[in-house]
Amino acid sequence: MSATKPRLTTSAMIASIAGEGQKTKPAPFGHALAALAAQRPDIVGMTADLSKYTDLHIFAQAHPDRFYQMGMAEQLLMGAAAGLAREGFTPFATTYAVFASRRAYDFICLGIAEEALNVKIVCALPGLTTGYGPSHQATEDLAIFRGMPNLTIVDPCDALDIEQAVPAIAAHQGPVYMRLLRGAVPLVLDEYDYKFELGKAALLRDGADVLIVSTGLMTMRALETADLLRRDRIEAAVLHVPTIKPLDEATIRAQAARAGRPVVVAENHSVVGGLGEAVAATLLRNGIAPRFRQVALPDQFLDAGALPTLHDRYGLSAPAMAATLKGWL
Amino acid sequence: MATDRPNAPTLAERARNIRRNALRMGEVQGQGYIAQALGIADVLAVAYFHALAYRPEEPDWEGRDRFLLSVGHYAIAMYAALIEAGVIPRDELETYGIDDSRLPMSGMAAYTPGMEISGGSLGQGLGIAVGMSLGLKRKRSGAFVYNMMSDGELGEGATWEAAMSAAHWKLDNLICLVDFNNQQADGPSTSMLCAEPLAPKWEAFGWHAQRVNGNDIAAVRAAFDTARGLAEPRPRVIIFDTRMARGIPFLEARERNHFLRVEPQEWQQALAILDREEATQ
Repeated sequence: MSATKPRLTTSAMIASIAGEGQKTKPAPFGHALAALAAQRPDIVGMTADLSKYTDLHIFAQAHPDRFYQMGMAEQLLMGAAAGLAREGFTPFATTYAVFASRRAYDFICLGIAEEALNVKIVCALPGLTTGYGPSHQATEDLAIFRGMPNLTIVDPCDALDIEQAVPAIAAHQGPVYMRLLRGAVPLVLDEYDYKFELGKAALLRDGADVLIVSTGLMTMRALETADLLRRDRIEAAVLHVPTIKPLDEATIRAQAARAGRPVVVAENHSVVGGLGEAVAATLLRNGIAPRFRQVALPDQFLDAGALPTLHDRYGLSAPAMAATLKGWL
Repeated sequence: MATDRPNAPTLAERARNIRRNALRMGEVQGQGYIAQALGIADVLAVAYFHALAYRPEEPDWEGRDRFLLSVGHYAIAMYAALIEAGVIPRDELETYGIDDSRLPMSGMAAYTPGMEISGGSLGQGLGIAVGMSLGLKRKRSGAFVYNMMSDGELGEGATWEAAMSAAHWKLDNLICLVDFNNQQADGPSTSMLCAEPLAPKWEAFGWHAQRVNGNDIAAVRAAFDTARGLAEPRPRVIIFDTRMARGIPFLEARERNHFLRVEPQEWQQALAILDREEATQ
């Protein structure tokens, strides 16, 4: 670090991931759920002391009689959500991704997933979206949850993705885990011919030189990276995969089979057990063997610090990702 | 309830039949959680033939009281009661624990009519019961939720999260049943992670607590009546002190009877004891 460059501060627990001047929408999850609940009396909202930090407070304000504050007790949160689902309600249960995946796993697995109950688990701070260090950075939540039968896993990219995913996961019969961006959430996908469809991958941008398969906020970064690469006359395709499980293997295979394009999987998650390994497995199982790379977090406990610093350090920022790809291509 | 009809079997007869059903299932496997089943039979007899509202021919009837078997390995006891209650056909008894049976060794909702949840990952039942009690209140249902748990589950932190929550939400439709037989896989519960003093502990968590001899049918019935009839806006717990293998003296005397091995001829010897008991009454 040069002496003249100011050191960034970690800031709040849950800083916005929006870049400077980026278009954003406030609390897309909370507003979408509140609107949907007006049509769906079966929907209830539950949280373990994190309504404000998961945007569920918007729902709670709109539907106070359908909001359950369960206190700081994530195992109870999941058990009680299972009980409400058993009685015919559709609970949206929110907490941080670390607590759902690490602390409440068994309660989700046996209490909810084993019986395919209609609980929607929506979790903030996925991957590296806080500078608070490993206690709050859910860098392995996808790895943890991918092994759970019956569970649908969604990692939306931006405010539009979240708004459209909420009614889609509510309409789906069965348990869902959704990673959440909250607060002032970037709006990116409105500039593309895109609509969220549960279980479907979508090609946002075509390109002949490299295929980037991405999910969550890394789709946003992949699109920025594609712009940066174009300056060097490298044309990148971006395939957005908002549903991690079940994986849209047919679309991924069809895109990856196009000869001559290396495949790069980009995700806000550990290199272990996330979208990257899921894509690699489906390609290998089907005899498709392009050059393959991952842009993902290292298999280690990450540093604390300011998010922009950390995204640069671990290669998730668009400039870092563009540099990495240029090195590979 | 069956006991309300003239000439209906008494609760003691129901309990004996539940023990018989459990022993016959145990004989199919040659081993199992038979000591727990014999110990809890009196409580289950009172539950299914005195306290619970249910329709044997319609296990999912919306107005039913929900009976959650948090302690999944008590499935043998639960099946024995559900067979006696007419929810499960009697001839399925011989399929207990056999491939493709509806009666697996650990209770699961998807397998068995009358089984509300998949228990077995101990400490989960009470949290689910909280959610179901909240749900029933949302629906303005008058049904009760019963959560049947073991003393071992008192060691699970999740039990106490749920206990706090039930009191917080004033869940007067929730009745927790704790089978205190003081026997876990590695030895006496109180020697490993002692939950005593247990009734004051539940009271401190905001519950109405009773502790009774779970093998005294009159006391069990009175405790159920008190728990159901209480006007106070708080959840209720009944702690049942029970004796492992109750009713079969040579099994009661066996140490370390958490997962009992029974010799082939002993099953019939045990059933004969119940037959003699019936004949002398």
